[in-house]
Amino acid sequence: MPEDVPAIELDGVVKEYLAHGETVQAVKGVSLTIGEGEFFSLLGPSGCGKTTTMRMIAGFEEPTKGLVKLLGQDVTNVPPNKRDINMVFQSYALFPHMNVWENVAFGLRRKKVADAEIKQRVGDILEIVDLTGREKRRPREMSGGQQQRVALARALVNRPRALLLDEPLGALDLKLRQQMQTELKRIQREVGITFVYVTHDQSEALTMSDRIAVMNDGLVEQLADPREIYERPASKFVAGFIGTSNLLSGTVDAAEGDLLVVRLGEHDRILVPGKAAAGDTVDLTVRPEKITISTEQPESGLSVVRGDVAEITYLGTYNSYAVALADGTEITVFQQNAIDSSTTAERGDTVWLSWRPQHSYTLS
Amino acid sequence: MRRWTPYWLALPAWLWLAIFLVVPIAAMASVSLTTGNLIDGFTQTFSVSNYSDAIAKYSTQLVRSLVYGGVATVIMLVLGYPVAYWIAFKAGHRKSMFLFLLLLPFFVSFVLRTISWGFLLADDGILFGTLKGWGVLPQDFHVLATTVAVIGGLVYNFLPFMILPIYVALERVDPRVIEASYDLYASRLSTFRRVVLPLSLPGVFAGVLMTFVPATADPINAQVLGGTSNTMIGNIVQTEYLVNNDYPTASAISFTLMAVLLIGIFIYARALGTENVLEAAAR
Repeated sequence: MPEDVPAIELDGVVKEYLAHGETVQAVKGVSLTIGEGEFFSLLGPSGCGKTTTMRMIAGFEEPTKGLVKLLGQDVTNVPPNKRDINMVFQSYALFPHMNVWENVAFGLRRKKVADAEIKQRVGDILEIVDLTGREKRRPREMSGGQQQRVALARALVNRPRALLLDEPLGALDLKLRQQMQTELKRIQREVGITFVYVTHDQSEALTMSDRIAVMNDGLVEQLADPREIYERPASKFVAGFIGTSNLLSGTVDAAEGDLLVVRLGEHDRILVPGKAAAGDTVDLTVRPEKITISTEQPESGLSVVRGDVAEITYLGTYNSYAVALADGTEITVFQQNAIDSSTTAERGDTVWLSWRPQHSYTLS
Repeated sequence: MRRWTPYWLALPAWLWLAIFLVVPIAAMASVSLTTGNLIDGFTQTFSVSNYSDAIAKYSTQLVRSLVYGGVATVIMLVLGYPVAYWIAFKAGHRKSMFLFLLLLPFFVSFVLRTISWGFLLADDGILFGTLKGWGVLPQDFHVLATTVAVIGGLVYNFLPFMILPIYVALERVDPRVIEASYDLYASRLSTFRRVVLPLSLPGVFAGVLMTFVPATADPINAQVLGGTSNTMIGNIVQTEYLVNNDYPTASAISFTLMAVLLIGIFIYARALGTENVLEAAAR
């Protein structure tokens, strides 16, 4: 995705605060580039520095160290009102004393755009966000979803170089949130503007993004497309934060070609791609839906572990099994609720879990 | 039945208003339409001449009071808004301390505070006496018993009532709304003009109301800090009631003042846009 001149470039950005006389690093050195027209997500738990990072891109915070570049130009010390970037705030921050039209026209008026053009552009954007006919409404008189779209229109009407969205769907209920996710994607395609999306909701980030930067403790843990983030988490943190993961720890027995043979218990034999010497301890991860559960010994060439079914949870489209291994490690297995579902393991049964070597990864 | 519960619950408040507001006002209205004196007694004559006589006699003081009250209110607004703004947005974690400091003068009686200003401003008092002694000020310099002293006293005494409602309104402004304004290319000045100021108007409205009305009707400042040419309408009411015992005239003046203030407030509310004020206030 990165092009010749990235839309946004962060170069070694650090942000320190003084809290109770102590210096706290909210962002500990983030470097990344966001391509033009990209839907980019900053994903992480609260306090991971994602919001601070976004606020530095917007210009509300000045980095303690490092550079912020917009289309190749250094804007590190440019105030927000002089940056060609707009933001959709958490809880929208609409102007309560203005109606929808005035809210949306605010930026264009400040930029002294001609009245006729303002009329045209506000009309166009309200059509895109499906709010035509509601120009005279006050924010207070609108539903959360509508306010959300006003906030979006108010930012997009200025045709910014990039649009920053700070947990914009957090205040909506689940149904509306899913609708708005699709809607946001559509609008982004329609206007072709770079979106930087800040969220702590991994499914939201996976659904919408072209690329995701997973942040933790002020640093980017992994920067990749959603598939890779999910399939090949780069660290324990990413594996644990995105979806459900099984984290296993074992001793390397030997290396067989590109694969390591890792041993947990006497019946367990895990094959995992990676490089390590015999005797090393490695951490590895495997997703619950990649694992097959069976009451019979599976074929060879697969990773195999044995355990007892501790719990079975019926979840509609799939069943979730909690299987306890001999050493106490608990492994979660998802099994589709398909018609030909072969396994009929009951609670207390001893089962074999197996998966293909390429479905597990060693973690740093 | 449930429908009426809120009204029943409001009954004590209604009774309170009826007994302590409506009854006295009605009684005063009745007194304002009597003739007579304390010795011979007053008779209900429904003569409106009390009003025309009082207005003719005291129009100077009435106008003066409105001017003093108005000027004091404008000064309080100019002084108070920045203070409220500063406490709301810049005081940080020391906010409550500054609010407490703002209320501190109320621990001393209103009259006492005004009298101490009288001491401070006295021609040969601590301040001016010393400065005159040093030759910094001319010997004939004086502040006490002037318009400046009275308006200054009004400003001093009522300033917190201007600052507090404005502070409350500013405090309620969502900081993200202000950031949104910066984000949408507005400068600091235009953010203030287009966003912060309009959102604080309910506070300004309340502040002006809470200062203009009592300042205009106040008798203490003119009495303590003013001279004979600074008499305000409150002093007239006081004199007519307590010294001359001319209850009809005193009542008529009170009612005239009330009417003038109500009309003034009404015009003011319209000018500021009641709709805006109420809408913003209802937020």
